[in-house]
Amino acid sequence: MIPEFAANLLSFLPEWMQAVVYYGVIAVMLFISVILLMAFLTLAERRVIGSIQARIGPNRVGPFGILQPFADVLKLLVKEIVIPEKSNKFLFILAPLLALIPALCTWAVMPLWPGFTVADINAGLLYILALTSAGVYGVILAGWATNSKYAFLGAMRAAAQMVAYEIAMGFALVGVVMAAGSLNLGEIIEAQRGGFFSFYVWWLLPLFVVYFISGLAETNRAPFDVVEGESEIVAGFHVEYSGMAFAVFFVAEYVNMILISALTSVFFFGGWLSPFEGWTFMPAFLQAPHFLWFFAKISFFLFCFLWFRATFPRYRYDQIMRLGWKIFIPVTLVWIFVEAILVYYKIGPWAA
Amino acid sequence: MTITEILFYAFSAVLVVAALGVITARNPVHAALFLVFAFFNSAIIWLLLEAEFLAIVLVLVYVGAVMVLFLFVVMMLDVDVAKMREGFTRYAPLGIIIAVLVVVEIGSVVWVKQLEGISEAAVTVTPDGYSNTRALGELLYTKYLYPFELAAVLLLLAIVAAIVLTMRQRTGLKAQDVAAQVSVRARDRIRIVKMDAEKEVATPPESQSPGSQP
Repeated sequence: MIPEFAANLLSFLPEWMQAVVYYGVIAVMLFISVILLMAFLTLAERRVIGSIQARIGPNRVGPFGILQPFADVLKLLVKEIVIPEKSNKFLFILAPLLALIPALCTWAVMPLWPGFTVADINAGLLYILALTSAGVYGVILAGWATNSKYAFLGAMRAAAQMVAYEIAMGFALVGVVMAAGSLNLGEIIEAQRGGFFSFYVWWLLPLFVVYFISGLAETNRAPFDVVEGESEIVAGFHVEYSGMAFAVFFVAEYVNMILISALTSVFFFGGWLSPFEGWTFMPAFLQAPHFLWFFAKISFFLFCFLWFRATFPRYRYDQIMRLGWKIFIPVTLVWIFVEAILVYYKIGPWAA
Repeated sequence: MTITEILFYAFSAVLVVAALGVITARNPVHAALFLVFAFFNSAIIWLLLEAEFLAIVLVLVYVGAVMVLFLFVVMMLDVDVAKMREGFTRYAPLGIIIAVLVVVEIGSVVWVKQLEGISEAAVTVTPDGYSNTRALGELLYTKYLYPFELAAVLLLLAIVAAIVLTMRQRTGLKAQDVAAQVSVRARDRIRIVKMDAEKEVATPPESQSPGSQP
């Protein structure tokens, strides 16, 4: 169950304790990596958007501003957490945690590099769908527990938006499952072996577009950020949150962004597979699957998140709803049907 | 006691407490959250049975979709709990009868299964590489194909009926027609008038004063 080196190292413990300690250490390491990535993503966001808008962005704390995230954390840590008088105090504190925990738990089934997944479960894709759909509770409860009209409006918008786009995301993933014939993320990646042109993005292009845009909407990022539309409802569901309580929401949003990027690269761009696999004129190390490929793909999609934020104006609420229900869901349904015909007549990647 | 048993009893205890919370909580939002918590715990108990597909689908469908909408409605409606408790003693006998019926039903199912010889010993550990999802899919799409399809059609019917019942045509609505907006061409909006850059102006007659010109 656990690798040999860990078993040797922990041989003084009873067998079940070994597994607990091993997976505990792995989980903490993964947690720290994701949080660090998230911290530098916030810096990258400010620098990238700064460049797009022809400004410099934060560059004072440390060389090129790379210590800025830590300065921010320190600032948020020492700020007071204000709990509104008429709020539901227990749920007010619980809500940010409910937003963050599902986002972090999902990383358990992520295949990080060839042959390594923390929990290699068969129904990994369903697990991810289940946990991401649970993330909406944090937002709803925050809005309700705050007992403020702005927060409640924000929560209502968020809940309706997330429920709507979840359906389109789920349908897009049905297409991936049909193509790979498995719910296991590792097997989905393996099924895309064979270089850049055997990634699913080509045959499932409409599903990829729907999935990534729905991912934007699901994480409440611009241009779908009416949830916290400043000009209308101040900051939406987290209007009364301050200090670390706000920071937890903030972390949850960025962890979700990283998650959507990672999932997009797993489902449509072959995860840790090399895009140059089988291109014999390339050096061998470029053709081999590696964690760095996965990281590069995640970084690219994260950059897209920032790029979109700096480029597009915010959608109006009825337009968001229309896009989700009347365009994305029919598009995915039609493409699943097309894919079913392709699979049945063994066209394209399903020829074997 | 094995570690699985300890976990089973721990989660079962939490499940029972959460279920009690659903019916005793004064605040309807709290009750709904207790229900969510109960769903999570029953999903964990299913996981202990190695029924991972059912467990995850329980969370996906009930926690992720049904309860979100439920919570939505409960938050919007301002439910007056005190008023709802008014008829408690009057309806209590009926409630007790239903509760007893449910207990008898569940008990009889367990009893019948035991008569058939399906007991604890018959539950075996599944072999490595056994996929719960695949097993369920094979059953659903072969042996139980017709009931499964019938259920799907019923659900579709329910969806269509729900939409038809709540759909109302409102007049005077200023909705945006996106198809019309997208398909608009430049010639529909602007008219280009060709004019000469210079034009000979006829000299105005002397009799009219400049002030009377429009």
